[in-house]
Amino acid sequence: MQFGLSEEQVLLQDNVKRFLMEQVPLEKVRAYADGGSDADFWAGMAELGVPALLVPEADGGIGLSPLDAAIVAESCGYHVAPVPFLGSAVMAPTALACNGGYSELLGEIAAGSVRVGIAFGEAVGRRIDADVAFADGKLSGKSLFAFDAEADFYLVASRDHHMYLVAATDVERKPLTTVDRTRRTVELNYDASPAQLVSDNPQDYLDTLDIGRVMLAADTLGAAQAMLDQAVEYAKQREQFNRPIGSFQAVKHMCAEMAAHLEPCRAMVWFAAHALADLPDEARLTACHTKAHLAEVGKFVAKTSTEVHGGMGFTDLVGLHYWFKRCGSNRQWLGAPELVREEAAALQGLV
Amino acid sequence: MDLSFGPEYENFRQDVRTFLTTHSDKSPSGASLRSDDALAWQKLLIDNGYAARTIPKAYGGYGAQPNIIESRIIAEEFAEARANPGLGGQGISMLVPTLLEMGTEEQKQTFVSPTIHGDMVWCQGYSEPGAGSDLASLTTSAVLDGDEWVINGQKIWTSTAHLADWIFCLVRTEPDAPKHKGISFLLFKMDTPGIEIRPLVDMTLNANFNEVFFTDVRVPKHQIVGQRGEGWMVANAILGHERDSLGNPNNTLTRLNALTELMKTETVGGERMIDNPVYRDRLMSIQGRVMAMRFNDLRVLSSRINKDQDASLARMIVKLQGTELRHDLEGLAIDIMGEVGLAFEDNPYLRAAGSWQYQYMYFLGLIIGGGTSQIQKNIISERGLDMPREPKFEKR
Repeated sequence: MQFGLSEEQVLLQDNVKRFLMEQVPLEKVRAYADGGSDADFWAGMAELGVPALLVPEADGGIGLSPLDAAIVAESCGYHVAPVPFLGSAVMAPTALACNGGYSELLGEIAAGSVRVGIAFGEAVGRRIDADVAFADGKLSGKSLFAFDAEADFYLVASRDHHMYLVAATDVERKPLTTVDRTRRTVELNYDASPAQLVSDNPQDYLDTLDIGRVMLAADTLGAAQAMLDQAVEYAKQREQFNRPIGSFQAVKHMCAEMAAHLEPCRAMVWFAAHALADLPDEARLTACHTKAHLAEVGKFVAKTSTEVHGGMGFTDLVGLHYWFKRCGSNRQWLGAPELVREEAAALQGLV
Repeated sequence: MDLSFGPEYENFRQDVRTFLTTHSDKSPSGASLRSDDALAWQKLLIDNGYAARTIPKAYGGYGAQPNIIESRIIAEEFAEARANPGLGGQGISMLVPTLLEMGTEEQKQTFVSPTIHGDMVWCQGYSEPGAGSDLASLTTSAVLDGDEWVINGQKIWTSTAHLADWIFCLVRTEPDAPKHKGISFLLFKMDTPGIEIRPLVDMTLNANFNEVFFTDVRVPKHQIVGQRGEGWMVANAILGHERDSLGNPNNTLTRLNALTELMKTETVGGERMIDNPVYRDRLMSIQGRVMAMRFNDLRVLSSRINKDQDASLARMIVKLQGTELRHDLEGLAIDIMGEVGLAFEDNPYLRAAGSWQYQYMYFLGLIIGGGTSQIQKNIISERGLDMPREPKFEKR
């Protein structure tokens, strides 16, 4: 029995961390947030093989497991990396590999030369007047908060849990500013946009959704860990009343509570990612609970870490708010915790 | 990631199952400490290696090599079969491991075998009215007079003192030494003249604890574990054992399943509680937390098997998170029942013999006992996160 990461996985983690630390420091995140490009970040990650991780070997990828991807997602969250990881490296490869027929596109995704965004909002929890319909090879309607803003294609999920592929050039795309400036979202308007049916099997949609949810949870795990680390560091340095504030129980207990809530989340994310590939009976339920639980813990850590930083935590100077908002959007994307827990209940026949 | 225990353990699991099928009729259900049934069952378990498994044969145990996976399989199978896992208590779970590590050969010969067989029942004399979280400030004194220690002082929160034959007790023997270095670890009989036991009723209205008073209690000099002034070191080894055993996520899972069943049978206005989305969401929140703690437990278990894996923080948070989670879980059951959740003792509407009410209160006790949640947070922040310690104040 070995519940943890393999040597290869630790190596992968180290490589991604080193790249993000060196190439995507907070100044560069800020530059992206102010309207800059993420092309260099994604190109660098492509060199590390990140978009190829989940692409099958036969399609030009590396064919690794969801757990490998979760390790990368955690690092992306830790560094609030502005990268189209969720769509291009996780959900699109998962969906496109379901039934074959997309070998060429998968190869381009693996190489990092093509990006595929996701528009799942209308299937997960339709808001406002958005909805999509497909007829005669054409999509109509609109999607809100599709990610990412610079994708070449979009994987669109409909209310009946079918998935479609549409080219960005065939849709009208409008930026939708959100509080989270580390990942840009858009509104997609379809006007008889030519689209391909990727899958009309709801199970394929659910598999794609589950892995997306686990990756968002992993991203939150990383982001929250970064916030805890920063809070501990700050509390050791900052002095008031002639003492480091970290020596006051009021402050150190906040840090202990963050650690106590967050540490089991690591095992949970690992297990949920492992289950996606190896424990099909448990995969859906653990994915739902992991998404919801990390959303709650992420919210708690984001608030508490900000409070440990005092007034500085509230400022743009420290930049802690990038992590706060990252946790916040991970919480809402692909289903807010209450909605996902209701799914968990339904899976067990409790609804 | 490899979650299986491996095929070599399947035979072992099968052996445990066969034992349980053959002998489960002898398993006492909630038998009292010294009943013949309980003692016979304990002996059967030891003879077959399902209790006192790693205690050397020379001291009355089964004499197996420590193997975490085997222990886990035994625990799982006993839980699955709802078989009595054998005797527990502070003598078996805390004193025996300590004696094996720090006791003299004579102490091991004298105490281990009768303790694990249930013939010698122990209580633990640590906390005092003035020494709770700051245990090392304890003041019960032991002064050497010839070949005997003379003990004076008071202990509190002493569970099973009224049932115990012996006590393992922390006393101050070196009043002039720094507080952690002036403590010794003594063993003595509870029927020694000068010991008075007063039951301490807790919020469950049971007397789970006692106060124990010592007035010129005379104890043979050699009944000390470790050297004079080493008692704190001895005691800390035991506290480590205690923290590991509190907040076990597998027991919590059993309670979660019972809670889910409760929600399917309890109704309000004719509607099953499980069909009420507000209560259902609370159940799902708890289920998510239980899941996180179960996986955390697997990670801790794995780190004990694979020594290169570090899960020290994962282990450190178990007592805090596990007891708080369990209290929340039991509390949800009370809310599910509403007024019925207030029923107590002879109330005809009492559910599950009042176990929800009892556990809800009992786990508040466990949040406080064995190192309060606040002490746990000190430990997590200072040892786990390397944060600065609270400045110490000189004694006034």
